[in-house]
Amino acid sequence: MSNQQTLLEVKNLKKYFPVKSGILKRTIGSVKAVEDVSIEVYEGETLGVVGESGCGKSTFGRTILGLEERTEGTISFRGEKISGIPEKNLKKFKKEMQMIFQDPYATLNPRQRIGDALEEAFIIHTDIPKKERQQRVRELLTEVGLKEEYYERYPHEFSGGQRQRIGIARAIALNPSFIVCDEAVSALDVSVQAQIIKLLKKLQQSHQLTYLFISHDLGVVRNVCDRVLVMYLGATAELASSTQLYKNPLHPYTKALLSAIPRPVPGRKKERVRLEGELPNAANYPNGCPFHTRCPIATEKCSQVRPEWREMEEGHFVACHEV
Amino acid sequence: MASEAIADKKIGKDKKKESRFIQTFRRLVKNKLALFGLIVILIQLLMAVSAPAIVGYDPLEQNLSETELSVGSEGHWLGTDNYGRDVWSRLVFGARLSLIVGVTSVVIGLIGGIALGLLAGYYKKLDGLIMRFVDLLFAFPGILLAMLIIAMLGTSLVNVVIAISIWSIPGCARIVRGSVLSVKKQEYVLAMKSLGASDRRIILKHILPNCTAPIIVFATMRMATSILSTSALSFLGLGAQPPTPEWGAMIAAGQDFMWSAPHMTIVPGIAIMLVVFAFNVVGDGLRDALDPNMNVDN
Repeated sequence: MSNQQTLLEVKNLKKYFPVKSGILKRTIGSVKAVEDVSIEVYEGETLGVVGESGCGKSTFGRTILGLEERTEGTISFRGEKISGIPEKNLKKFKKEMQMIFQDPYATLNPRQRIGDALEEAFIIHTDIPKKERQQRVRELLTEVGLKEEYYERYPHEFSGGQRQRIGIARAIALNPSFIVCDEAVSALDVSVQAQIIKLLKKLQQSHQLTYLFISHDLGVVRNVCDRVLVMYLGATAELASSTQLYKNPLHPYTKALLSAIPRPVPGRKKERVRLEGELPNAANYPNGCPFHTRCPIATEKCSQVRPEWREMEEGHFVACHEV
Repeated sequence: MASEAIADKKIGKDKKKESRFIQTFRRLVKNKLALFGLIVILIQLLMAVSAPAIVGYDPLEQNLSETELSVGSEGHWLGTDNYGRDVWSRLVFGARLSLIVGVTSVVIGLIGGIALGLLAGYYKKLDGLIMRFVDLLFAFPGILLAMLIIAMLGTSLVNVVIAISIWSIPGCARIVRGSVLSVKKQEYVLAMKSLGASDRRIILKHILPNCTAPIIVFATMRMATSILSTSALSFLGLGAQPPTPEWGAMIAAGQDFMWSAPHMTIVPGIAIMLVVFAFNVVGDGLRDALDPNMNVDN
């Protein structure tokens, strides 16, 4: 893995949402949605990001794309810093980095025909003439497995799977190299899910795409991703290749997550790690290791010292004092 | 593919489905009251468009030998006024006038209100400033505001239009701002941002088209207020000046003849009432017809 080229590098990324209160709207604290995340995404890989809801996965993805203002940290794309640069210089990077959203219906303007929606990508970023744009849109539709004549239709005339195909078409329209798939298949039923994943894989081959695959579905992630990043309360807990992670999880949180995957064979019970308590409030961020409030193996040290991000074996990182 | 195939079939069927406009219209005319309003508006429209063709007299032509003829008189089925002018032809030309004044003032008010509302709703920084200005306009009672503006500009129908337009701005701005606030949180706006779309593009192509329903309802209701206010201002002598055949002015002129020729006030009074009522019920009907909760196409 290490011989691969880095496409995207995130260093000490933090995203805090201010909590305001009172009539003067003073900031009285902050919700730490992304807390000090540093990772590298390699060219052509699929990096999965997993964690329970509210752990900052989506915010992380959006912050990378600049949809959320980052609080701290740097983001570099192909070695060039893209965080903190003026909006007008960002446009060429926006072309390279796209997003596929969870709910494709919500991300399509209900008053706009599908063809026009797809055409907009070309209007914004290129100056090719209308005829050619429409031709490209038709090609795109075919490429994602839809019919050309869907050009004229409105979003409500499609099924969930078809809408997600449209969402994918829009994301690949400008030939990007990096796509954030934010729960891209979570809202679909299983059979459609499989088709969409197949499509994503096919496009990855044909367009040399790199995916950041955000999901809460560990089964899908295992199937799709080369490496997996486990997040807990906005912080990174563990990062490993998916084979390593599923075979040999190190972080107690990862173990708990993996033990929660439903087993297909009844009776073949595996030891279940149960987590006590609720996810702590991110506005009241715990000291030390963010996981210590629920960790079955937490010690005194865990509640005081933030664990370091250590490489335990080749390409396998973990943030835990006890492993 | 199974589910997609089913969806495909559904789409095939939907192809025959009428556009949103027709759908709304269909739902609107189901409402009896709204249908009545629609008919009244249509009649007014017809009267306004074909005014010279359907009346036998010039609305300004005086005939002092036939003054104060009552309703049902020969040749003047709605009678004549104190100068012997045909009330029917004055009514018809008044319909034209009130429609022109209503439409112009609503359109101007909408342009101002939509612009302010979009800016205030989309840009947080401008929100406070714009909305305080809107509050300021709101703080005046409408008719007083209009009178104030006319007092500054002078009495004329054009100034009435200007005054009513300005008076329409705050209400429209508030409604648009509210819709923008909810629409801009929609994911498709976020999706456009991630695509790198400019603010202008997002506002005009994605936010505004999704705010149309409340704007249409507002415009219809506002027509009623506009027509009523024009008449009120003209009645007070601040708008149309005699001998212009304006409904409010007609009532004002007729009030001295309440006993001898009551139709001079009653006829334009009924006209105003009908038209204002019509626009109001159509507005109400539209509000229901455009309600997304009653939408079946989801």
